[in-house]
This record gives sequence, C-alpha cells and structure tokens, in this order.
Amino acid sequence: MKHIELEQQGAVGRSPPRKDGADKVTGRARYLDDLNFPGQLWGRTVRSHVAHGRIREIVWDAAFDWTDVVRVTAADIPGENVVHLIEDDQPMLAADVVRHREEPIALLACADREKLEEALAHVRVEIEELEPVLDPLRSTVVFKSYRIEQAPQGLAQAFADARVIEGTYRVGHQEQMYIEPQAVAAIPREDGGITIYGSMQCPFYVHRALQRLLRLDDSQVAVIQVVTGGGFGGKEDYPSVISGHAALLARKARRPVKMIYKREEDVAATTKRHPAVMKYRTAVEADGTLVALEAEIVMDGGAYVTLSPVVASRGVLHAGGAYRWRHARIDCRVVQTHTPPNGAFRGFGVPQTMFAIESHMERVAVALGIDPLELRRKNALQIGDELPTGQKLTSSVSAREVLDVVAARSDYARKRKEYGRSVGEKRRGIGISLAFHGAGFTGTGEVKLKPRAGVELTDRGARVLSVSTDIGQGTITVFSQMAADALGLALDDVEVAENDTSKMPDSGPTVASRTTMVVGGTITRAAAAMARILQGYVAQVHDVPAAEVSCAGGIFSARGRALAPFAAIAKRYLQERGSLRIIENYRHPPEIRFDDATYRGDAYPCYGWAATAVEVEVDLDTYEISLLDVSTATDVGRAIHPVLAEGQVEGGTVQALGYALLEEHVWDQRGRLLNTRMQNYVIPTALDVPRMHTTLLENPYPSGPYGAKGLGELPMDGPAPAVVGAVLHATGKLIPEIPLSPDRVMRAVLS
Amino acid sequence: MKLTVNGVPRSFEAPPLKRLLDVLREDLGLTGTKEGCGEGECGACSVLIDGELVNSCLVAVCQADGCSVLTVEGVARNGDLAPVQKCFLDRGGAQCGICTPGMIVAAHRFLECGLPATNENVREAIAGNLCRCTGYAKIVEAIQLAAGQRS
Repeated sequence: MKHIELEQQGAVGRSPPRKDGADKVTGRARYLDDLNFPGQLWGRTVRSHVAHGRIREIVWDAAFDWTDVVRVTAADIPGENVVHLIEDDQPMLAADVVRHREEPIALLACADREKLEEALAHVRVEIEELEPVLDPLRSTVVFKSYRIEQAPQGLAQAFADARVIEGTYRVGHQEQMYIEPQAVAAIPREDGGITIYGSMQCPFYVHRALQRLLRLDDSQVAVIQVVTGGGFGGKEDYPSVISGHAALLARKARRPVKMIYKREEDVAATTKRHPAVMKYRTAVEADGTLVALEAEIVMDGGAYVTLSPVVASRGVLHAGGAYRWRHARIDCRVVQTHTPPNGAFRGFGVPQTMFAIESHMERVAVALGIDPLELRRKNALQIGDELPTGQKLTSSVSAREVLDVVAARSDYARKRKEYGRSVGEKRRGIGISLAFHGAGFTGTGEVKLKPRAGVELTDRGARVLSVSTDIGQGTITVFSQMAADALGLALDDVEVAENDTSKMPDSGPTVASRTTMVVGGTITRAAAAMARILQGYVAQVHDVPAAEVSCAGGIFSARGRALAPFAAIAKRYLQERGSLRIIENYRHPPEIRFDDATYRGDAYPCYGWAATAVEVEVDLDTYEISLLDVSTATDVGRAIHPVLAEGQVEGGTVQALGYALLEEHVWDQRGRLLNTRMQNYVIPTALDVPRMHTTLLENPYPSGPYGAKGLGELPMDGPAPAVVGAVLHATGKLIPEIPLSPDRVMRAVLS
Repeated sequence: MKLTVNGVPRSFEAPPLKRLLDVLREDLGLTGTKEGCGEGECGACSVLIDGELVNSCLVAVCQADGCSVLTVEGVARNGDLAPVQKCFLDRGGAQCGICTPGMIVAAHRFLECGLPATNENVREAIAGNLCRCTGYAKIVEAIQLAAGQRS
C-alpha cells in the first residue's frame, strides 16, 4: 500500500480541473430548469391527502375554466399503470387504493403557471379513509426477508460459553436533499414516441418505465440526462415516476411538458433512506474476541416495494461490520408502511446496519473495559478471514491500516486519555469507527445486467460511450482520464458522449459505487482494444512492426522515433474506414461467485475500507454537540482523480454527520410528513462542520481499472457511529438512536 | 423598470412583485442564478444588490429598481475566469454545480470585503449557501486560495 504520490505519468492519479467545471463556475451549465421547449406547458400533480384509503371520485370544479388545462388520470394510460422497477406494484397514478399521503392520482398541465396553481386548487379527490400502518414493527406485509448464516450449529454453544452483550439501535428517515429538485421535460414525437430530458442517475430505468407505461417499442423512447444538480440515490428510481407523469401529459397535450417539483413537494413525495430497528446480540470473550453474532433487522420500506429488496440485501450483507465472527445468524426483513416508498440513498442500507454494529462495538468495549479502538483492531478483518456469507477475503483488505492512520492523524490516544478526565459543563470526547462497503452490484447483479460501454474514434482523439451519469461525482472527468491513459492521449482529446438511451450502450445505472470500477474498467478495456487496432494501423501505414508501435502524449512512435500525431492517424483512419467504435461487455472476475438462493459466497468482488475519528464537545447546559475535528482514512484502491476522490469522502462524511446530528423527519399520526422545507429539515451548513483531515490510501483491487474500487457510498457509512462513540466518551452515555439532537442527548444524560 | 446587471444597464417591463430571480432568469436570460428552495434557505439564487448578498428568490423586482445587480455571469471578466473561479476548479470546489453560482457570488463578495480569510470567516461568509455534495471543505480551500493570491 502507498499513500498518494504526486509525480505520476499520464492522466490517472492526477487532479486536472473537472471537464464540466468551467461551465459550472460561470453559470453556463444548463440544468433542466434552464432549458425551454417551444410551446411548452408546465405540469403539476394532484396527490392523495390521506395515507391509506379508497378513491371514490375525482371532482373537477365545474365553475372553473378548464379549457386550457390538460387533465390526465389513470384512465389515460395507454400501457400498463405501473412504475416499472423490481416489482411492478406501484401504480403511476392511483386508480382505486392510495397507500401513502402523497400518492399521485391525477396530473394537470397548462402554459400559464399561475393558472396551473389555481387549477390545482379546483380539483378535489374524495377518498374513503382506511387505517394506515405507520409502525414497521406492526406491519404484516413483508416485501422481502433474508437470512445469512455462518456455522450456525455452534451459535447456541457460543452464547452459552461467552459473555452475551445485547443492544437495540434505531435510525430514522434521511432526505437526500439534492439542491436541484426533481426535474424533467417530456417532448412528444411524431412517431408516437417520447423524448425525455431530465435530472437523473439512471436513464435506462426511465427508458424502460416509459415503454411499459406508454406501450412503446425501444426505438420510440429516448431519455437524455441533462446536467444534474445532485442525486445521492434520490434520482435513482424517482425520475421514472416524474418522467412518466410528464410523458402522459405531453402525449395528451401533444406539446412539450416541463415538470419541476417545488421543494416541499420534493421532500414530501420522493424517496428517502429506510428507517430501521436493529437488535444485536453478541457473544464475546473476555479478551475482546468476537465469537458470535445474532441480529434481527427490520427496515421500513414505505408503501411500495421499489428498491427495498436490494437496500435490505446490501444492509444485511454488511450487518456484521468489518469484523470476523466464528458464528453468525443475521435476519432482515423489509416491510410495508403507508408512507412514501423509501429508496436509494448513498450507502443503500449500509449506513443503517453499520450504525448498529459500530454502536454495538462501543457497547462491547464498555462492557469489557477495553479501548474501543483496540477492540476494533483486534477483530478487524484481514486477508484470509471470512465474512458471514463464507466469502474469503483474498486481496485489498485495509481494515487495520485505515484504523491506524486515522488514530495517528486524530491524535486519538492522547485525546482519549485527556478527555476522559474532563469535568464541568463542556465535555469533550473522541470516537472512532470502522466501515467497509462492497463495490458494484450485489451478488450476481453485474452478471445479470451485462453492462456495456465503450469508446469511438473522433478526428482528434476519442469519445467515451456509456449511460453512466455525472451527478457531480466526476464521471465525465474520471472516464476521460482512464480512456486517455489507455490510448496514450492528452486528457483534452478525450470527450464523453451525451448521455442518451437511443444512442449509447447500456452501461447500467449510476448507483452502487460501480461507475468507476465496473463501467470505468469496461471503458478502459475498450480503449485498450482501440489502441491495439490503431497500433496495427500505424504499423501498416509506416511499415514498422505493430508490436513496436506505441502512443504517448498523443504521438505514435516506434523504436523511440515519432511517427505521427494521434489526430493525423485518426483522421486518416476515419477517412479510409468510416468509423471505429468499440463496445465491450463488463467482464466479471470468474472466481467471484455468489448463490442468490442461499446467500452464501462472494457478495461483492471487493470492498472499500474507511475509518473515521470524530471529536466533539457536548454542552451540558444546552445539550448541543459541537464538532471539533473530523479525520478520515479511506482505502479507494486507486484514486483516479485524488481531488475528486477526496471530494467524495468529504461530501459523504458531512452527509453522514448530518444524519448523526441534525437530520430527522417528523410525521404525524396520520402519516403526514411535517417538516418538508429546508427551514425545518436541517442539513449541515459550512458552520456546522469543522475542517476535515482526509487521507486516501491505495491498496489496489487487482481486477479494477488501474487498481480502483468503488468509493462513492463508503464515506456515508462510518461517521454517525463515530459521533455516538465520541458522545459516549464525553458523557458516559451510549445513545443508540440518531440524530443526537439536544432533546435526545438530554434524556440520555439525565437518565 | 431599470436595473444595472453585471455593469450593463437594462430596462424591461415586469410586474413589480415578480421575484428578482425570475426576472433575471426569464426576462434577462441569465440562467446562471439557480432556484433550489424558493424560500431563502439554500442560497443557490444568491446575487449582489448594490454589493449586498441577497437571496434573489426573496426579492421583489420593484425593491431592486434602479439598483446594481451582480450575478454569477458578471464575476468573470472579459470572458476570462476570475481568480476565485479558477480556484474552485483547481481545488474541486464544484461537484454537481447547482450551488456553485451562488457560492461564487458569496465568495466574490467575501473576497471584496477584505476580511482575513480565516477558516471561521470564510465559513461565515458562505453559511447562507447550502451545498450537499462537497461537505464545504474544498469550497473553503478554494476561497482561501483565492484570498492568498490577492494579497
């Protein structure tokens, strides 16, 4: 393993300005709200006002002038009334039963935005109210359940022989709160098809949802991602809903329809992180050796299945933390409640279970009187260890290293000792956590998806072809760097094609920390294949052996002699042969095998590792917590672009600190979300977080491009329990529920 | 109504209570200024009115009549990026970019005011601008770098 070195050849490992950066810092970048379409209407959604009920009637005020308002209900749907995803249980527009308070029932469009708002006030939906189920522990509708077992026959004996430590941990909803709300435009086409422009992560999700909804063939749909103002999972599946709505309006109106949610509507209606209740029971030896784990995890899926089965799957697969257990039985179920469907949010089930296991490690440390860092170091996974699925770790494991780096960087040992003696009204504490995160889709996901991506030759270099979206994390820049190095080109001579489902290969959704590793790896192979073809072509043209031709810095050479600039070769090749386009399939490492039926095997090809140290000050008068210092160490395999990679770590860490300290949704007893505004759902400002110390480590993943493995979600997993550990250190109280709001801290301290 | 926008005098017809944000975006074609919440919380619509940092979603255009307005489009000079914009590029201060125009305007205002670019002062200066991507670290670094280049 090595720390980032500054001097390297090529684009990979350097931090050039992001390719879309100049447009973003000058205001030139065009987001959906900045685009207008001739003859466009604006769309709005008529929603339920009860969490559970039977629709009796949609009443359109007869006194209102509806002539220039387009109205759509479920009866207008030409295809199937479903939001196509894993299960097709969610209707695009409710027709009989509503299952959450924001469920869409009808749609309106009008050219005049003021009249549209008026129109919305003149629609009334009569609903016979049914009793909503809001407590997941009382729900009897199970969307999906999982059990993972490792040597379960020894569980009973292990619990009989060793010290048993139990705890229950709770987390609530978390809102993605991307700063650009959900936004799409639908343009009807003469062939009966539809073109969508939108803010989204997964253009092919939308593409397929529209085919089902509108009964269209593949060629009648085009979905184009425009510059996207943040996603974090919130624009993984929801864009299929709003795109479906805009498309229904546009088809009926025969005009373009633009839909942009108002902030309150976005927060109330769209997906959030799954709440969870997690019971842990562990058997531990007196020296701190972890022996056995039993866990029961219940996640709240909301009204429809959407992505819940895969969120729960990823959650349960990480529930044992980055530790070795001899015996384990982990049960998880995700259930229905009458709240808007919960969905993808950075971390995807792992921030929940990592909060539970890492908070539980604090409990174990207290019970045994062992320093929590030492407890983690002692049990941290190493090469050769097995996960509860039986997966044997064979490479790129950095659990101990990240702990050691962060302990040194944060001055953990000194502060642990010093703060332990603090008295008075302001108490300081330091906490540490260890997290890991599987990169890419779970289990056989990538194999089933068969992602494809590639490159094509341009007259000055190459163009990257995929539907993997840049939602701020830097996909455009990172793909360009990887392709540039594989081709021996300057970064400026590589571009990334517009993200359009009618033109690009399906590289899969932009989720699951898979973009750099899985899609980037596929692009890198395609670029290498193109390089070989061009080397052969140069060899022919210049009459030299192909094996001696290489390209660096945009110049082809052989035996140390420059032959021709890349651009000249590219132009000549394109003139002679028309085009050069290479699409590769993702190649899954054959040794990585998983059994979906038994949940045994290699759930992920590799894991990222991260440790976080958080230093807090707790005010015992106000029970407020201030963050004094945050240090992270993160093994990313290889940082393709260190500044962007640090940006992922820092941004994810602050989202996680918001989860730990500030962010909480409040619901009334009828399933209504009460805080739907940025004023009352508070995310961190620049003043809420301290300066951060970010260390990237590079422990390469042998099958990853340039050694890279997934990164995006990992920083979200560990910081919340590190805060719990720090508050425990400061106050002596382990608070097993976040956010650690002043009222929660007060109740714990006074208990 | 009259505004001087990014140094250029503009006159136009608009309802007096139309939001300055909408006038800039719809009537003057300056779409760099963004709407994130419409209630003055996120700061994506930050502009300067006579040098003061405001949320343009909370300003009726009549309140700005006759004033000088600076938007993100006015920060670059003669087509060249301003130093603070270059620093945002070098330090990774922009990710998704939707908060960036407002951040750039707030940063520009801070750099003009001449306060020392301590961590606290810089964070205070952008406290009204929410960013969900960066965790603010690289934005603070970028502004400090720009401040260092000025002095």
